[in-house]
Amino acid sequence: MPPVGAKDTVRIAFIGPLTGGVAANGLGGRNSADLAVRLRNADPKAKYTYELMVLDDECKPNVGVQVATRAASDNSVIAGVTHYCSTVAMATVDVYKRFGLPVVVWGAVLPDITYANDYKEIHRVNGTMINQNETAAQFVTGLKFRSWAVIHDTTDYGKGHNKYFSEALTRAGGKILGTFGVTADQQDFSAELTRIKDLKPEVIYFGGTTPLGVRIRSQMDKLGVKAVFQGTSGIISDAYIEGLGTLAEGTLAFREGAPVEKLPGGKAFLEAYAKQKYPEDPEAYGPFAFAATNLVMDAIERSGPDRRKVRAELNRTRNVDSVVGRITFDDHRQNSVPLITRFVVQDGRWVVWEDSDYATGKRALAKR
Amino acid sequence: MLAQHLFNGLMLGVIYALVATGFTLFFGVMDVIKFSHGDVVMLGAFTALATYAAASGAGITHPALLLAFMLAAALGVMALLGALMARVLVLPLRGAPAINVLLITLMAGTAIRESVRLFYPQGSNPKPFPRLLPEGAFEAGGFTLRYDSLILLGLGLAAIAATGLLLERTRLGLAIRAVAQDPETAAVMGIPFRATVLATFALGSALAALAGVVNGLYYSEVNFGVGLLLGAIGFSSAVVGGLGSVWGAVLGAMVFAALQTAGALVVPGGSAYRDVFAFGAVIALMTWRPAGLLAERSAERV
Repeated sequence: MPPVGAKDTVRIAFIGPLTGGVAANGLGGRNSADLAVRLRNADPKAKYTYELMVLDDECKPNVGVQVATRAASDNSVIAGVTHYCSTVAMATVDVYKRFGLPVVVWGAVLPDITYANDYKEIHRVNGTMINQNETAAQFVTGLKFRSWAVIHDTTDYGKGHNKYFSEALTRAGGKILGTFGVTADQQDFSAELTRIKDLKPEVIYFGGTTPLGVRIRSQMDKLGVKAVFQGTSGIISDAYIEGLGTLAEGTLAFREGAPVEKLPGGKAFLEAYAKQKYPEDPEAYGPFAFAATNLVMDAIERSGPDRRKVRAELNRTRNVDSVVGRITFDDHRQNSVPLITRFVVQDGRWVVWEDSDYATGKRALAKR
Repeated sequence: MLAQHLFNGLMLGVIYALVATGFTLFFGVMDVIKFSHGDVVMLGAFTALATYAAASGAGITHPALLLAFMLAAALGVMALLGALMARVLVLPLRGAPAINVLLITLMAGTAIRESVRLFYPQGSNPKPFPRLLPEGAFEAGGFTLRYDSLILLGLGLAAIAATGLLLERTRLGLAIRAVAQDPETAAVMGIPFRATVLATFALGSALAALAGVVNGLYYSEVNFGVGLLLGAIGFSSAVVGGLGSVWGAVLGAMVFAALQTAGALVVPGGSAYRDVFAFGAVIALMTWRPAGLLAERSAERV
């Protein structure tokens, strides 16, 4: 017999890349999920005590499937907050389907994760790369840039970005002079950049994540390639700026949702995060992990710790206010995030374009 | 264009050669493959980075002085670490199957890599490496030759040449070559076996540290995983050139760099396949010359 007033403990899995090149994002997500759990456990009105089972997918599909299976086959785990890396999220959807574990994806942006199948277990709070690249293409052609070179990593993530950006850019009237697929752990880009230098594009578009973004931007400078550097949500991280210093200035990137400090609950989130004194920053997708964890816990509060009921509860999500804005799942349980925020690096910070000196014309992006 | 590609390739080749030389030295004296070598390269770079933070924190701002401190710390600490690893991991396993050394150093490498990730502040992020060499570049047509790259190339080539001279012209070099040929006879001749092995591992690891610093300065960035691919490439270069031969390692490294650059340029569908192309070509080379391009004459080893 538990003591009177004691609550039952419910376990939730958090999975993300805690080691490897994008570990900064995974750790930020983990801390944010942990924060959501701590706040809930401190709330006397909560019906259950929550426990986070933290697993590391290393941003590797094979490892991801292993840890996803571990979480999904553990009956004490009721739901999951899963994956930052698209390749991993894509590889694990079948596992969650097979074991009937409802999960909410907190950071991966490949459209296929929700749209390629009709799995009732898979939900996603962040937007997809389709919206992101559509906005990116229209915005940058609107700045009167005309010619691009595209570098992308050859994972599903990088290839997806290449596909959706190239399509959107062609529609918007931009011209792609060359496309270069590179491996996700490549160190040296001098051969590719030397060829790009010869093509003289105005903008280099990069579809990939922070570690490669840092290397490519830095080596552009070494080889004297003068072009605007345009990335994706994959490089919006404090690590990108830390890795480049002043060279990061003027880098463009795009992400779904409004910036966290501009959201109703954003300030409270950042303050609560700071109070916990986590050694790592929340990074760009921390708020999404926080929102996903809360969504899962809300569902459990309402329906009790039962996977099928929690799944049904999550499927029904409509107009739920969260730290990343209002969450509504469509028929594929994909949150429709209408707003894409445009970012530019200014003085060592990711600044919303509208608030930057670049938008007011005080500073200009490098033209050839 | 072509000049730029040649220079890029040469620069890559020099970094690979510094790594490959270590592999070949270790194999020469102990007939072992030390798989943690790539991670020693990475640790060398991080040691330099930490020294930079400490020295600039102490108020030193002169770039040449900073660089001298960084090199001294990185090379010194890695040389000690190399000798220590030889002492506790490699020498005690003398006589055990070679695969044991391979495994134990593989695990040591993972331990080094994960320790840097966990214990260096924000170690999982890519770190900017300070720019301490003169900025500026020489431009001609599409060719950009940065002064800092040129200095790094000179530094790397000088280190390789010095290693070659050390092996061929000094008593220590003579001792290393003697132990490599026949440890028992060398011992009979009064050459201390253990001391020579320790010195060799110190030398190889110092070269690895230099490779790490050059790599960091060249790319202005270092991350905890940088040693993985560098280690694999250094090892392949040493094997292609002929394990046990220093000039073979240098040749192998240049061949590998040339293959990678060519792979990115000529393979249709582009640079995604450059490592496939380069490692594929290495496999072909090894089938053609199983003992390496500059194989040791077997008589030397018998």
